[in-house]
Amino acid sequence: MSHIIKTDDLRYAYPAAEEGQLAIPVLKGVDLAIERGEFVAVLGHNGSGKSTLAGCFNAIRLPTGGVCYVDMMDTRDEKNTYEVRKTVSMVFQNPDNQLVATVVEEDVAFALENMGVPPAEIRRRVDDALKAVGMYEYRAQAPHRLSGGQKQRVAIAGVIAMMPRCVVLDEPTAMLDPQGRREVMAVVRELNRRFGITVILITHHMDEAVQADRVIVMHQGNVLMDGPPRTIFAQVDELRAASLTVPQTIEILDALDRQDGAALPIDALTVDECADILETYLR
Amino acid sequence: MAPILQARGLTYVYGAGTPFERTALDHVDLQIEKGEILGVIGHTGSGKSTLIQHFNGLLKPTAGEILLDGRPIWDDKGKCARETRFRVGLVFQYPEYQLFEETIAQDIAFGPHNMGLPQDEIDARVRASMAAVGLDPALADQSPFALSGGQKRRVAIAGILAMQPDVLVLDEPTAGLDPAGRDEILTLIRRYHDQSGATVLIVSHSMEDIAGLADRLLVMDHAHVLFCDAPRAVFAHADEIIAAGLDIPQITKVMRELRSRGYEVDTSVFTIEQALEALRACKRKGGAR
Amino acid sequence: MLKDITIGQFFPGDSAVHRLDPRVKIVLTVVFIVMLFCATGPLSYGLIFALLGAIIRISRISPKLVVRGLRPILFIIVFTAVLNLFYTPGEYLWQWGFLHISKEGIYTAVFMVIRLMLLIISTSMLTYTTSPIQLTDGLERLLRPLKRLHVPVHELSMMMSIALRFIPTLIEETEKIISAQKARGADLESGSLVQRAKAMIPILVPLFISAFRRADELATAMECRLYRGDVGRTRMKQLRLTRIDLIACVLVALLLAAVLVLRSYGL
Repeated sequence: MSHIIKTDDLRYAYPAAEEGQLAIPVLKGVDLAIERGEFVAVLGHNGSGKSTLAGCFNAIRLPTGGVCYVDMMDTRDEKNTYEVRKTVSMVFQNPDNQLVATVVEEDVAFALENMGVPPAEIRRRVDDALKAVGMYEYRAQAPHRLSGGQKQRVAIAGVIAMMPRCVVLDEPTAMLDPQGRREVMAVVRELNRRFGITVILITHHMDEAVQADRVIVMHQGNVLMDGPPRTIFAQVDELRAASLTVPQTIEILDALDRQDGAALPIDALTVDECADILETYLR
Repeated sequence: MAPILQARGLTYVYGAGTPFERTALDHVDLQIEKGEILGVIGHTGSGKSTLIQHFNGLLKPTAGEILLDGRPIWDDKGKCARETRFRVGLVFQYPEYQLFEETIAQDIAFGPHNMGLPQDEIDARVRASMAAVGLDPALADQSPFALSGGQKRRVAIAGILAMQPDVLVLDEPTAGLDPAGRDEILTLIRRYHDQSGATVLIVSHSMEDIAGLADRLLVMDHAHVLFCDAPRAVFAHADEIIAAGLDIPQITKVMRELRSRGYEVDTSVFTIEQALEALRACKRKGGAR
Repeated sequence: MLKDITIGQFFPGDSAVHRLDPRVKIVLTVVFIVMLFCATGPLSYGLIFALLGAIIRISRISPKLVVRGLRPILFIIVFTAVLNLFYTPGEYLWQWGFLHISKEGIYTAVFMVIRLMLLIISTSMLTYTTSPIQLTDGLERLLRPLKRLHVPVHELSMMMSIALRFIPTLIEETEKIISAQKARGADLESGSLVQRAKAMIPILVPLFISAFRRADELATAMECRLYRGDVGRTRMKQLRLTRIDLIACVLVALLLAAVLVLRSYGL
């Protein structure tokens, strides 16, 4: 089966601010293949190119070198843009700047209206999407009265209603409080597990990346690491070199290993797993 | 030592008399000691942001009072001395959105200029505060809008530091930054505190960020003070903290899990170093209860 | 505080007034205003007042809120009253220098005040009971015939609804920026007019920058959500006239007829 997203030596450079200056390269030849139904987290510090990469998947940014295929469509071809965006939806960081309508349900309906879906079907899909993110009771509210987490859930409902095959979320929790982050992450997991949508989550929160099937670490415009979270997070030194932090469950095992020579397996992603391993240390 | 800031019976009601009326602070009593770093934690809507806007007189209490150096900041005529703003420097959330001047130096000079300081004093302060936040002096004449998000935030913080406040209050100074940016900002706050001896208040909803930095933690919940104590004493009440809708650091959760499995470990830890100590101590004692 | 302004605000509800078709509500509001200006005598005003009272009652919006909505224009009301009171010629009841109060003056002042208040209340009832999106929807559909004249009706209504969406956000943002600059000692209250205008720069510059950033991000988000203007667009909510709309139209038509008849009798 074909990949939902495939990039081939993908390059992107921002045009120079002034004439005579060099363009600023952000992506320097990325080769990636995302499978259908995967839940992928993309990590990287600010300026690592992770948001630009996300933009390429949705044809917001067109490669300045190499190719990006979405469901076998070349994103550079303008004829494909509409279909590409129907296949890959996006959720952005700032919850305020992506809600268009003055009423929650109207906002969720926005994309469907643009797609020309018949009214009765819009109604049904909007209601289902709002229920899926737990915002159905708020359907008649004004978005500015909602919390950040609730606004993000409305944005995600808008995406669910479109029924895309893939959703790219660009740091959806960066501006939220812990409560909001929990709410949004619960919905993101649902997107993948219940609706079978391919999820690409751009984040710098390790505890969010841990929940994915696959973690891609971006560094200076290249893919530095790519693999299941367990293998990625065990590479403590490499992560630190990429200006990333390590989950505390790994950090404590790593510290015991280094300082006390405890020789413990360094692959605890959850509190329970960490406690299991620490039990062997304490015994 | 005498407290530098005090709140007595502080009450604040938003939108009194409208359908949206809400009590943000309900009879809050509080003392902030001179020179301490106080972490202020609470979920959104717990009243923490409202509280800090009272300290520099931006908000007027509905009831109760605020004392700065033992004197009420609001006089009998209901006025608040402008000097309060300069003595208690408040850095808002996402402060980079307040930048407006043509150059970085001019923007940082806005506060000192409003204080009516002589030009040479202003220049000296701009240089000093740029150094304090780790900004290259060569940037002084550049536009603040050309900087990266993290750099802009430093400029905004420098703008408050240049007023040389006795109390520095920062509302979510690390919001929206990546881990590296977050560590840099927290380090510079710590360094500024150690060098200037100023009292520092940091508001955050991330326990992990400030627990290791603060001398004391103030936990707000539903317009009330839930705890105000040393971090370890506060973390001993993890259940109540979780009930208040806050996250506790993962490492604290691990220790609590071990305790529930019958291991005699200290559950009031919140840093890796403390956890290491606790685990070693437990191992020495032979592990299980 | 900026937030306290209620004019133009929507109070969600499920009353018959809320459920009226927005097109009908807009047209009826216009008819209502025309009626106000046709009304000449106390009896007509009494009828209009009774209708408005009934509408408020049915809408279940607290009369207190409705009255509070008048506050921002209190000055205009008082000004109109004073002007009419002192400057209407007629049979003088009281005179002092060039100031005089005539019987006609009192009469006109009272009527002008009532007329103004009814005008404001009726238009605010439209916005109180109609969500901004319904309002723009209604307008878009009422103005649709103008599309043939190349008036960009859809674009205008989209712009209006985005403006409505972002007004509260920008008001909140303005308040935040004002607080942030005040925390740096910005003095917005004192000084000459020029000084005060200058003091607005630290607020306006960040506000504009932020508004442009928001606009840019929103445009990207809209593109991602397949917005292509009016091309092949459907709407979730279809506007359909119901029995309530018919009843409302008949009621207002009857009242208009009554007012016009009363007018010829000067009542």
